Amino acid sequence: MAQLIDRRPNSKGKSTVNRQRFLRRYKKQIKEAISEQISKRSVTDIDSGESVSIPTRDISEPTFRRDKGGVQEGVYPGNKEFAPGDRIKRPVNGGQGQGRRASDSGEGDDEFSFEISQDEYLDMLFDDLELPNLKKNQLRKMTRSRTVRAGFTNDGVPTNINIVRSLRSALSRRVAMGAEPRRRLRELEAEFEQLQQTVGVDEARCLELQQEIEALRLRLRKIPFIDTFDLRFNNFVQRPEPTAQAVMFCLMDVSGSMDRETKDIAKRFYILLYLFLTRSYRDVDVVYIRHHTRAKEVDEEEFFYSRETGGTIVSSALELTRDIIAQRYPPGDWNIYAAQASDGDNWNDDSPHCQQLLAKALLPQLRYYAYVEITRRDHQGLWEHYERLLDAHENFAMQQIREPADIYPVFREFFRKQAQ
Amino acid sequence: MRDPISTGAEWTFELIEQYHAEIAAIAEEFGLDTYPNQIELITAEQMLDAYASIGMPIGYSHWSFGKHFIRNEQQYRRGRMGLAYEIVINSNPCIAYLMEENTMMMQALVIAHACFGHNSFFKGNYLFRAWTDAEAIIDYLVFAKRYISDCEERYGIEEVENLLDSCHALQNHGVDRYKRPNPVSMREEQERLKEREAYLQSQVNDLWLKTVPQKSAEQERAERPNFPEEPQENILYFVEKNAPLLEPWQREVVRIVRKIGQYFYPQRQTQVMNEGWACFWHYHLINELYDRGRLTDGFMLEFLQSHTNVVAQPEFDSQYFSGINPYALGYAMMTDIKRICVDPDEEDRAWFPDIAGSDWQQTLDFAMRNFKDESFISQYLSPRLIREFKLFSILDDEEQSELEVTSIHNDAGYRHIRQALSNQYNLSMNEPNIQVYNVDVRGDRSLTLRHVPHNNVPLADTSSEVLKHLRRLWGFNVRLETIGIDGEVLSTDECAA
Repeated sequence: MAQLIDRRPNSKGKSTVNRQRFLRRYKKQIKEAISEQISKRSVTDIDSGESVSIPTRDISEPTFRRDKGGVQEGVYPGNKEFAPGDRIKRPVNGGQGQGRRASDSGEGDDEFSFEISQDEYLDMLFDDLELPNLKKNQLRKMTRSRTVRAGFTNDGVPTNINIVRSLRSALSRRVAMGAEPRRRLRELEAEFEQLQQTVGVDEARCLELQQEIEALRLRLRKIPFIDTFDLRFNNFVQRPEPTAQAVMFCLMDVSGSMDRETKDIAKRFYILLYLFLTRSYRDVDVVYIRHHTRAKEVDEEEFFYSRETGGTIVSSALELTRDIIAQRYPPGDWNIYAAQASDGDNWNDDSPHCQQLLAKALLPQLRYYAYVEITRRDHQGLWEHYERLLDAHENFAMQQIREPADIYPVFREFFRKQAQ
Repeated sequence: MRDPISTGAEWTFELIEQYHAEIAAIAEEFGLDTYPNQIELITAEQMLDAYASIGMPIGYSHWSFGKHFIRNEQQYRRGRMGLAYEIVINSNPCIAYLMEENTMMMQALVIAHACFGHNSFFKGNYLFRAWTDAEAIIDYLVFAKRYISDCEERYGIEEVENLLDSCHALQNHGVDRYKRPNPVSMREEQERLKEREAYLQSQVNDLWLKTVPQKSAEQERAERPNFPEEPQENILYFVEKNAPLLEPWQREVVRIVRKIGQYFYPQRQTQVMNEGWACFWHYHLINELYDRGRLTDGFMLEFLQSHTNVVAQPEFDSQYFSGINPYALGYAMMTDIKRICVDPDEEDRAWFPDIAGSDWQQTLDFAMRNFKDESFISQYLSPRLIREFKLFSILDDEEQSELEVTSIHNDAGYRHIRQALSNQYNLSMNEPNIQVYNVDVRGDRSLTLRHVPHNNVPLADTSSEVLKHLRRLWGFNVRLETIGIDGEVLSTDECAA
């Protein structure tokens, strides 16, 4: 007798270990592939995994095998026109059968491509960083009240009348008020009918009945179709709610001194910030502001990939941020975050102005302002002026990033304060 | 009068048991000798898992299995690859995995195919009987998995992974072709382990320590015998026993890879026969069940459709062609042997005088037990089949600018085609002939391999990578010499530290 076993409830992840081994072994190649793809990917696109291709030759498992060449004889099915001694031109790629058989053993494709999950992607992206448990970093949230439905009431303003419910209660009132007279009416009518049929009509009784019937009908007609008593109103109450929307301003210097590597680092930083915000807020808007001597609001594409030459005036970007906040993002409704990435260059006379702008106009409105200086050099003038803001404003932070590995530690440093 | 076991497409455990019981009864009437069956129902994901570990129910962890898993999963999800309906393990009891997605018909087909076809082949064929031990394989795999994960804990994942990489590269050259290996079992294996470690180390030390140079190097080189005295084809075995620097645990890992390679070796040599035998029997068992009125007509039509797909042979110029389909060839040959027994014509009597008209069950049973693909084809491929498949042979000589059609399906060509097809399944002609030739015992301890090309077919350029792996195992320089027809060394590829 056969033994029948249902293995379906067993875990299906038998290959997970091997898959992890594979990713671990080819971490370097996968990271390279991801680094190339990060430039093709939007800052806000963090919910999906990534498709990765690595060269097949890197992952092949060598064995002693026979190559093409020498004298080989093969048997094939389906002869149609060949006769012994026929000569055929050698097909390119070494003939059908042999060529395909070889591809079973892992040759033939130049690229080995596969999908990695979101978690694996982020792991690779912020390699060695160990993504923090962001949820622990609960931010102080803005609250605002929101109108929500709260059932029905018996009084209210005419605009809130709920017609269906009002008519329904009118109907039930009419049914309730009319039930007794209607029953009485049916009885009297029946009696009256019977009286008419009998020989020798009792005129007095008839008249009495007719009057009573008339009175009942009048009473029934007087039941109102709708009464103020029937009216039902939709009820609304104000409920305080944490604001679930946030806006993130990405400010970046695009003057000639910002090279592609610096921008890549900035991009990773923005991705991390975005990820952080989406864990805390329902909707996150992103505003990209780039600047050299003048600031401009742009889309993501232009933000990361266009280059400008010329000098640098940081205050232009700060001013534009201030204006956009005033126009579109009232601080009462929005949690506003801003992150500024720069290589530290600024026109010297502008730096004090920046400090002023931040202290007076921006920081009071912002949840948080993060400044990252991406440079291997010493600090520049802007840094010194920003430093003076640190003591007075706890929602202001600044850090220096020298190389990609600094991104996460810097990020954690930024948000450490708020975790307490 | 029809009295079908079931009418719907849905399977249940009760139905599977009932089908199994009915098929088992018929199989017994046909005299199929099988191990007891263990049928396991699995999901598609689990099937992918099983694929990745090359059908081993329990496998040690290694990145290459992860690679296979990712590749299969990718192809499966994009719809480029269907999954097998079943996987069957050569063990006692014989484990067959059935997919949850299969219809009732497919489950019955798979039961007939795997649980009786493959199962009886595993139990009967001489290669499996001689080279594998169905009783012990599961235990051994459990032992191997545990041993390797212990090693990982003790010596680090990377260390073990590198060692396994090197062993895998040589797995095909870790097979004893001519002598029966000892059966393996977990308990004995563990008992012997300690003893063997100590003994092996002492052997190795013996070999190297007692070789104190006495005469001049030149004189010595001329006189001394080769070590090994005879060339050894089992490279992994040679490494396991003689590599100077391997730790005992490393020798054990080499041994594990070698044993598992050995376990799969018969499967690689009997693909056509094994599949042909299983297809032949699923066809006969299901048909018999139908003749007895236990199946509906709808079941039968669905069955025939699947069966025809499995045993179809696309022609060489078809876009679906990817070599000769072992299912098609094997099934056709098994069916043809039955035909020769039951209803022979003049040609059959001339070609197969000893089996024409004999009892077909006995003849088939004999064929199943005593052959492998290569000998099976050269023994039983009939002219009629060559005509049916319209087989032709092509000679590809790199010195000629064109390919030559050497034989086609005519009187003059039958024998040649049969021989050529048989050679195609001869592993020893299709795998490069590489043997351990010499170790410079008293000198730099370098290892020399010799490759004797068959028909001047060169080695693929992966061989230098394999040499690096061998160097890692051996610990000293490794050299690969290519030998010409007259025994002269044509070229040398060396992998030095």
